[in-house]
Order: sequence, then structure tokens, then C-alpha cells
Amino acid sequence: MTAAATTTTTTTTVVDSVSGAVRRQALGRTTLVCGVLSAVLVAAFCVSISVGDFTVPLDDVIAAIFGGGSEDAAFIVRTLRLPRALTGVLVGVAFGLSGAIFQALARNPLASPDIIGIDAGAGAAAVFCIVVLDTTAAITAGGALGGALVAALAIYLLAWKSGVSPYRLVLVGIGVAAVLTAVTQFLLTRAEIFEAQRAVVWLTGSLNGRGWDDVRTGLVAVVVLVPALALLVGSLRTMQLGDDAAKGLGVRVERDRLLLVFVAVAFAAMATAAAGPIIFVAFVGAPIARRLTHDPLAMWTSALVGAVVVVLSDLVARRLFAPTELPVGVVTGVVGAPYLLWLLARTNRAGRGG
Amino acid sequence: MSKSPRLTTTLRGEDLSLGYGKAEVFADLSVSIAPGKVTVIVGPNACGKSTLLRALARLLKPMHGSVLLDGTSIHRLSTRDVATKLGILPQAPIAPEGITVADLVGRGRYPHQGWFRTWTAQDRLAVDGALDATGTLDLADRPVDELSGGQRQRVWIAMALAQGTPLMLLDEPTTFLDLAHQVEVLDLLVDLNQREGRTIVLVLHDLNHACRYAHHLVAMRGGTIVAEGAPDDIVTAELVTDVFGVPCRVITDPVSGTPMVVPIGRHLHVATEAERT
Repeated sequence: MTAAATTTTTTTTVVDSVSGAVRRQALGRTTLVCGVLSAVLVAAFCVSISVGDFTVPLDDVIAAIFGGGSEDAAFIVRTLRLPRALTGVLVGVAFGLSGAIFQALARNPLASPDIIGIDAGAGAAAVFCIVVLDTTAAITAGGALGGALVAALAIYLLAWKSGVSPYRLVLVGIGVAAVLTAVTQFLLTRAEIFEAQRAVVWLTGSLNGRGWDDVRTGLVAVVVLVPALALLVGSLRTMQLGDDAAKGLGVRVERDRLLLVFVAVAFAAMATAAAGPIIFVAFVGAPIARRLTHDPLAMWTSALVGAVVVVLSDLVARRLFAPTELPVGVVTGVVGAPYLLWLLARTNRAGRGG
Repeated sequence: MSKSPRLTTTLRGEDLSLGYGKAEVFADLSVSIAPGKVTVIVGPNACGKSTLLRALARLLKPMHGSVLLDGTSIHRLSTRDVATKLGILPQAPIAPEGITVADLVGRGRYPHQGWFRTWTAQDRLAVDGALDATGTLDLADRPVDELSGGQRQRVWIAMALAQGTPLMLLDEPTTFLDLAHQVEVLDLLVDLNQREGRTIVLVLHDLNHACRYAHHLVAMRGGTIVAEGAPDDIVTAELVTDVFGVPCRVITDPVSGTPMVVPIGRHLHVATEAERT
């Protein structure tokens, strides 16, 4: 570059680059936020393994996790509570990422899998499995995954009109969610009482009785999907500027959007299959992460926030009315609903459609 | 990256038929963008000027004909190759909520980054240079939401600059800006053209701005190019009346010496006629 630009480049080099300084500051803030969230997550994780009908002291928890400790502690920690807590972490990560992807793609905070019908699809399919086919847990989970994918496909096709406009995606999604919820309600009214109860517990979202199988499913999904997302996150960041700007910057918008939708649906489906549609985790994860980091995408922070929300909520759900355990979805619902109301009120006032 | 190759990047549209969906709106458009010059496309609303710009920027696939970038059809090149030669600032880009100026401008580096998106010294220099050239260096850490319209437009231009392309296409960059900001943005684009030899293509609404800032003017009406050439050579009262459907007189801009169009409204028209008789 010539003239003015050259003077800047020579004077700024390594010592003081303006954009570099802003970048470092942003990175520092994100690192700090992630550090604090990780600490909170580890603490909540250990506490949730420690407390319960039989409290295992924290140092025994840590010993048991690493293979030591007394036989009782080892059983309670390794067989009962550790897989439950790990499932919670994985499910939270998956919901957090799914919500962050959907919200960024649609440029709309209402676009989260629990609102636009992805979870509703998983729910309807799972209830169908439980009520009509009387399937085992594993097959129910598989059915939920299929239901989420079918719902996503239906939303995508219904919203397609020479490309998918984000706004139409949200509106169609809310419509699809309503239809699928109606299907679920219909199935429940037709069900035997015992099956209906099983279905309702699943629908509320619960980590109760999660075992190592669930951890393995979640882990495989995260290990496969996170690298895929890492490759796409640059495109997504660019797509936030609008389709035309992204195309002008060299993003293959339609292809990458389809891939991102697939990754986001797979995350939501995996999480729903493992723990039921724990409502509002995907919905609140990314906005909290964005607010904490001031990063307009905050993808990986959203994963951490999701995990913290699920693990903390599950802890509250287990201990609040102990020995009665609430499903974790009750707690996340209580936390998320006011945010939804606030968001809708703000949207109404500002007239910004989300 | 700032050497002479800029001047040699060429962009041409040949026999373009353009339209949205199945309907063909414009047929047989051919246009050649002069390297190293400022080209301005003007015309009334819905005359196809934005559509033409979108086709030239590869945002719209022509039904027939082709857009040639350095002689190769733009639809045969990879999206990323195009993005390193040609930058487009669309009419309504979206600034994500809370994004800082430096972050937004940095996103212009997308086509230069590899799989792992490591931030190189070159990226840093390009972003600093773009901020400096657009006078937005001291806004770098501010959220874009908080800026004025003129500042925001300069930031978007900085993003397009950071992309480091020899060719820049801008779709109505002055719309919704007040007069001072319009002039500010246009002056900036002329600076970029003069200092760095970038080829600039603009869609503008204001004919007088177009006459003043364009080396090459393309006048469109109803999906066809009615006239093109240097403003001095082509802008006449007949042409403007023909293109915009409004009677006018063309005088010499007292400041720049370029043609200046003075439209004659219905009422004024009557008054001047009365005076003459």
C-alpha cells in the first residue's frame, strides 16, 4: 500500500498494531470468561457428584474418578453419578453449540432448536416410539434423532424459496413446532397411563439414570461434530454479515449453510436423544456467551455456558426438593422462560423481528 | 500486494441476460469496466443497475452470457479466487450485534485465510491499513452499533479494503447518508482510486455526484445501457430526459467543471416559460 498506509504499517509493525490490540483485548476477555466458566463447570461437576442421598466427600470423589477410593464411593461415583454428570456436560455442550449455530445462521435469537421445531420433531418421534411401539431406551433415542432430522428437513424445504431466508426459517420453524407439539399431545391422550408417564418424563428432559452408554453416544457425536464445526465456523462468522457480503468474501453460502444446519441438527438430535429436549439450554446458551465475551458469535463459549447451565440445573433439580428429584428440564424451563418473555417484549418494542 | 497488477485486472460482462427466478428482466447487456478508473452506473429505480452490479460481482448467475474476470468466466473460478480479486460491498450488509470495528474490518480477510484461520502479520497490516485509509483507526475498539451512518459506511468500506482486491464494487454506498457524509464517502473512494490505483465501480442515485466522481459513466434505463462514456462527453439534457424521464438543463458544475444536471419540475417549468415570453 502507498502513502498513508505505508507510514502506519512501518510505525505499527510488531510494537503497536491498532487492530492487533483490539483483537488481543477481545481474545483476552474470551479467555478469561472461558477460564471462569470452566472453573464453575468443574466445581459444579464435582459437587453434583459429591452430593446426593449418600454424600461422598469431595476428595473421595476425585480419588474415585481416578480409580481409587473406597468400594462404596467408587460404585456411587463411577456407576451412578459420574456418567450422569458427564452426560449433562456433553448434552449441554451439544445444545449450546446447536443454539449458537442456529441463532447465527438465522441472525435471530429466537432461532434455537427448542423453538423452531427441531426438538419438537425429536419429541414427537420419541413419544411415538414409547407410546405406540413401546421401544427400549436406545431405540427411542434413535427415533428421536430421526425425528429431529425429518423436522429439520421439513423446515428447510418449507422455508425454501430460491434460497432460505433466515426470517422465513424462524417463522416456518415455529409453525412446524406447533404442529409437532400437537402430534405429541395427540399421542399422549391416546396412550396408556404408564407409557404416557414415561413419555412425559422423557419430554421434560431428564438426566436421571444416564449410564456410560449415553456418555459414549454423546462423546462420539461431539468428537465427530466439533471438528466439522471448527472447519465451518469461519464461514459462519462471515455469513453473519449477510449472504451477499459473505459471497463477496468467498464463502459458498448455500453449501456451507446446509452443512451448518446439518451439524446443528445433529447436535440437537444427539442431545435430545440422550436426555430428552431439555428446554431453553440451546436458547439461552449463546446469548449468555455473547453477552459475557462481547464476541458476536462466541461459539465455543456457548458450549461451555450450555454445559454449565445443564450441570447446575441438574444439581438444583436433584437437591431442591430432595429426596424428590425434578427432571432437569423443569429447572431450565424456569430459568429460560423469563428470558423468552423479555426477548419477545423487547422485539415488540423495538420492532426488529427478533 | 499494492503493486501494479491492480491496474491489469479486468472485468467485463458479455451479452448478459439477467433476471430473478425464471423471469428474464434484462437482455444482452455488455459492459467493460475500465481498469484503474472509477466507473459509476446510474439510472432510475428498477432500471437494473444493482442487478448488473450483482451479476458483475458473481452474486447473481446470468441466464445467458458471461462475466469475465481477467478473461476467465467468473463462474468457472472458485469463489475464493474471485474474492481475492474482486470485492463487493452490497447494499445492506449486516453488522452483527455488538461487533467491534476492528472485528468487522478483520472479517474482510476471510478469503486470505487458510483452514485454521490463523491471524498473520499480513492480516494485521491489511486491517490497520484499511482502518487508516478510511479514517476509522481511532474507532477500532468501538461497537459498530454506536457509530453514525457515515462512520458506519466508512467501516464497511474499510472491510472491503481489507479484502485487498484490485477491484471494488459498491452498491449505492451513499444511500441514507446526509450530504456531508455522502461527499465524505465519495472522496474516500476517489482517494483509494488515486492513491492505490484500485478500480472502483459504483451504483449511485445522485446524477451530479456521478458526473463529478466518475471517469466513466454508464447510464441505464429499463434494463438496457442507454449511453456510456466520460460524463463530459455523454451527459446532455436529451440523455437525462431520456433516461430519467424528467425535463432538465445541463450546466457546468461551478466547482468541478463537470456537467451538472438541474431538473425542471412541473411548477418551475411553467414559471420559466412565463418569464421567457
